[in-house]
Amino acid sequence: MSSFPWLTVTGAIPLVGAVAICLVPGKSAPGGEADRQARDSVVKWLALGFSLVTLAITIAMAVQFKPSGPDFQFTQTYQWIPAFGVHYAVGVDGIALVLIGLTAVLMPVVVLASWNDADGARRSVKTYFALMLVLETMVIGVFAATDVFLFYVFFEAMLIPMYFMIGSYGVGQRQYAAVKFLLYSLLGGLLMLVAVIGLYVYSARSGGTVHAGTFLFTNLEHVHLSVTVQKWLFLGFFIAFAIKAPLWPFHTWLPDAATAAQPGTAVLLVGVLDKVGTFGMIRYCLELFPAAAKYFTPLVLALAVVGILYGAIVAIGQRDLKRLIAYTSVSHFGFIALGIFAMTTEGGSGSVLYMVNHGFATGALFLIAGFMIARRKSQRIADYGGVQKVAPVLAGLFLIASLAGLSLPGLSTFVSEFLVLVGTFTRYKLPAVAATAGIILAAIYLLWMYQRTMNGPVGEGVADMPDLKARELWAVVPLIALIIGLGVYPKPVLDIINPAVQHTLTQIHVTDPVPQHPAVAQKGAAP
Amino acid sequence: MTTVAATGVQHAAWLMLAFPLFGAVVLLLGGRRTDRWGHLLGVAAPLAAFGYGLACFFALLSYPAAGRSRDLHLFSWIPVGGFRVSIGMLMDPLSLSFVLLITGVGSLIHIYSVGYMAHDTDRRRFFGYLNLFIAAMLLLVLSDNYLGLYVGWEGVGLASYLLIGFWQFKPTAAVAAKKAFIANRVGDAGLSLAIMLMFATFGTVNFSGVFARAHEAGPGVMAALGLLLLLGACGKSAQLPLQSWLLDAMEGPTPVSALIHAATMVTAGVYLIVRSNVIFDLSSTARLGVQVVGAVTLLFGGIIACAKDDIKKSLAGSTMSQIGYMFLAAGLGPAGYGLAIGLLLAHGFFKANLFLGAGSVMHGMDDEVNMRRYGGLARLMPVTAATFGLAYLAIIGIPGFSGFFTKDPIIEAAFSKGGVSGALLGTAALIGAGLTAFYMTRMVLMTFFGKRRWEDQAAAAAAGAGQEGEAEAPHQQPHPHESPQVMLWPMILLAIGSVGAGAFLATGDRLVNFLAPVTRTPAAPPGIVGPYGLGALGLALVAVAAAWWMYGRREVPAVAPAGGVLVVAARKDLYGDAFNESVLMRPGQWLTRLSVYFDNRGVDGLVNTFAATVGGASGRLRKVQTGFVRSYALAMFFGAALLVGALLLVRL
Repeated sequence: MSSFPWLTVTGAIPLVGAVAICLVPGKSAPGGEADRQARDSVVKWLALGFSLVTLAITIAMAVQFKPSGPDFQFTQTYQWIPAFGVHYAVGVDGIALVLIGLTAVLMPVVVLASWNDADGARRSVKTYFALMLVLETMVIGVFAATDVFLFYVFFEAMLIPMYFMIGSYGVGQRQYAAVKFLLYSLLGGLLMLVAVIGLYVYSARSGGTVHAGTFLFTNLEHVHLSVTVQKWLFLGFFIAFAIKAPLWPFHTWLPDAATAAQPGTAVLLVGVLDKVGTFGMIRYCLELFPAAAKYFTPLVLALAVVGILYGAIVAIGQRDLKRLIAYTSVSHFGFIALGIFAMTTEGGSGSVLYMVNHGFATGALFLIAGFMIARRKSQRIADYGGVQKVAPVLAGLFLIASLAGLSLPGLSTFVSEFLVLVGTFTRYKLPAVAATAGIILAAIYLLWMYQRTMNGPVGEGVADMPDLKARELWAVVPLIALIIGLGVYPKPVLDIINPAVQHTLTQIHVTDPVPQHPAVAQKGAAP
Repeated sequence: MTTVAATGVQHAAWLMLAFPLFGAVVLLLGGRRTDRWGHLLGVAAPLAAFGYGLACFFALLSYPAAGRSRDLHLFSWIPVGGFRVSIGMLMDPLSLSFVLLITGVGSLIHIYSVGYMAHDTDRRRFFGYLNLFIAAMLLLVLSDNYLGLYVGWEGVGLASYLLIGFWQFKPTAAVAAKKAFIANRVGDAGLSLAIMLMFATFGTVNFSGVFARAHEAGPGVMAALGLLLLLGACGKSAQLPLQSWLLDAMEGPTPVSALIHAATMVTAGVYLIVRSNVIFDLSSTARLGVQVVGAVTLLFGGIIACAKDDIKKSLAGSTMSQIGYMFLAAGLGPAGYGLAIGLLLAHGFFKANLFLGAGSVMHGMDDEVNMRRYGGLARLMPVTAATFGLAYLAIIGIPGFSGFFTKDPIIEAAFSKGGVSGALLGTAALIGAGLTAFYMTRMVLMTFFGKRRWEDQAAAAAAGAGQEGEAEAPHQQPHPHESPQVMLWPMILLAIGSVGAGAFLATGDRLVNFLAPVTRTPAAPPGIVGPYGLGALGLALVAVAAAWWMYGRREVPAVAPAGGVLVVAARKDLYGDAFNESVLMRPGQWLTRLSVYFDNRGVDGLVNTFAATVGGASGRLRKVQTGFVRSYALAMFFGAALLVGALLLVRL
């Protein structure tokens, strides 16, 4: 393994990009309207360029990654605050790697799709794109951190750019939504902070002797905590992640935030930021507190199933396009949590793949809906109708994204959703059966939305709607291609995810249920 | 029977899938550039698949009967833990019979569509959807495992959604398309649960693996598996209780009705049951479920078909009814699997023939579908009338035509099951034969014979043909004319199949023996003619006479008479939709509204109240303009203070 600091470089590039953007003269610089537009254009191309470079480096890193190699790769560990045992420690397993990949893919897509979104805002264009790049650094940091304290810092810090992106550049009740998002997340963050400190304290006392505590994940993995302690610490982490994900009933900030945010911001929020919650459930809740995780499993499964069905039912009743898509995500995050807490290889790998696929599918849905909203200047579903007639390309792509939302076989989302369901079914039949009802509801909310917007007579104000432009196609087509490609051939991604999931399950001493009548001479359970 | 790797021509069997898939991709991505030649590519794709299917079929015939099961592994699709699913193709008598039906009849329907859709500006897109449908259907029948089958299964659902909603500017078409997809999804949920149960029980979802160990699992698991598969089959095949989408699906262009709703898609449920015969053999509960669904639906569909004035909807009811026969046969176990497939293949010909004939009539009648506005068309559309007539003789089971060879044995087999259930099922099948003869005779008489009711209906016809675009008012009366050659030849070829397919398949139990490696030979192959078969024939002749008495002897009123309770009920699809609406839709709407309200007031209200209580002012949360940076800083400060304090505490 080369000693090139892959993760630090990957994470730093967007930050460098943000600094570069800040050096471009802003609104107050002299010059006329044309000069201002030229400067904005430089800003946008800089953002696109830096996000593409980040993507390229991420791809190079993924190629270097050895699925059969050590659990954590590209590791770096430096002391940061020696007094408290805090390190700058990074490294990725297969799970973190694919989530960094998701982030790196979505960022240039969002930059392209948001090209003109900040033009009319109160604040400057350059701030918007700089915030985006800062956010990318924070998210890469949160996935790459292998020191719990470092993780917490990134976890809280990524709120700041998102807060301003919603509050300053959003639409409608953007202030309300942004503050709600912030307070909610801070509440979760505080609980997690308490748990982080608790973890440190108890790690120092483990083994009967008082010694230096640690925040390093690789050390904490091997610290034995009593079940009672595990339960309390688990709750601290879990509630923070359940708010972030969001899991029912901690979801109410999401529809407000996603509705008020620009479509690109909503993609980053739902597609990437929220994945930190489900990522944290696997990495921290399962691995650090296995006994507590097993204790709370029935509760989490119940919340997940309720979320799947509840999110879907509430989505059916929505009248606002973006709000509807936000509620579908509540349902989808239920699936992800279900697969994680089923604690089977299929469920775990399915959930991780679900996180990636959901980012692409819901991302495409939000962006295309955003293109429509930018044309018609309305988020109300009732204001549309017959769009397929006037903008067939837009409608066709929207249909594929919708079909991905309802997990049509052949598209990537089906692979992950079925893995979650089958992985859950082998251990918990009833929750899996209940969750399967969600696939019927998904067909209802998405096809009804499609029918109301795209079919029927051409609606008022829709008739002169232009079809997608080249820039918009460049943004969305890669996502659609990934959705189809990973649906037909998901093996490369699964091969990266599987060892990490199996490591997690081994760590918590869980093996897959063995089939009652194994049909072929196979081991059945994980090795 | 052991399965060996495919060799020779079958080694490249993936080409069968690739041809129509390529056609679909080119036509759907190519856009307007492919408008001029798109339909030619669209026709070439299924024809090529048909040619390759024939080659694979003859290669299979060249093997000894015990070796006619060939597997082609394509690639590893989902490898996770113990769950390892590949994409692979299984070529055996059952799958290749379906391949020939799908691509053969499918190709004819493609050719017909060239003429039928000639005036539609979106004909290229139509062919793209048709090719997509063929590809998905082939994957469905060729996959060597249940998950691959499921991909094809939902794939045909998607194609049918797109095709039913093809004229999506019509709100009714869009609603019907969505309804079909959702009803199918209910069935699909059953199928996906069956697949999960298989994996949990056997650790695999491959046909060979599941069937090899099926006898080890208990009867409870087998019954559950069988009933879940049946739920899936009911959705796709429009059987009770998931039947209601099929009648609405007639909103799609006519070739769609033929392709999807007669020849291929709705038969997928029968395929699923026959393919899973090992599972059904092990559970009498599951078999009984299939028999009951089949028997009830064959009566249900037949009654609806008798009352409909819309020619396509009457044919749709007929399709439900005929598929009901196939279910009934498949539910009888080894005695019936071969019969089910026999009727399925024969039905593929004559029902496609009837739908294309109906399309030809509509083509000449300015898209009019109401049979009360037809009449006397035999003289003006001789080829259509003749081919329709041959298919008519086939479906009602006149000796010598294919319905006689394929449907009567099912009636015999139902009775020979014995006991009360056998008598009940057999009686249902007998009554069904009478219903079939009645509604088909009614349809033929109203359409092709009697007074030309369209001549004085010019004004009424104007309403029905509004979307032609050439609606100059007042509307001209229709000028019925024979359809172009490109539409007639497929009908002529299908008519030949309608006449001859039954005799060909039934002679010497040819089909039953051919399928035996998959379905095993029944103990006693049922004879073609038995007492109940003769009874069915007698009943059919009585029904023909009754229909003539009502619709041939006297003039058909242009406006439907009020009718009795049963007629009214049948016109309303025996209240299938009313049931769905009152039991599922209305409560569903209330639940949705309640949930939205609860989410806004309950969950979120609680959160806001909590925030207000903690923060001391709810107004501040809503109207915050400048305070947010401060509150964030405050929170950060508290957090940092807490952290530092705690860390110091630990150090001390």
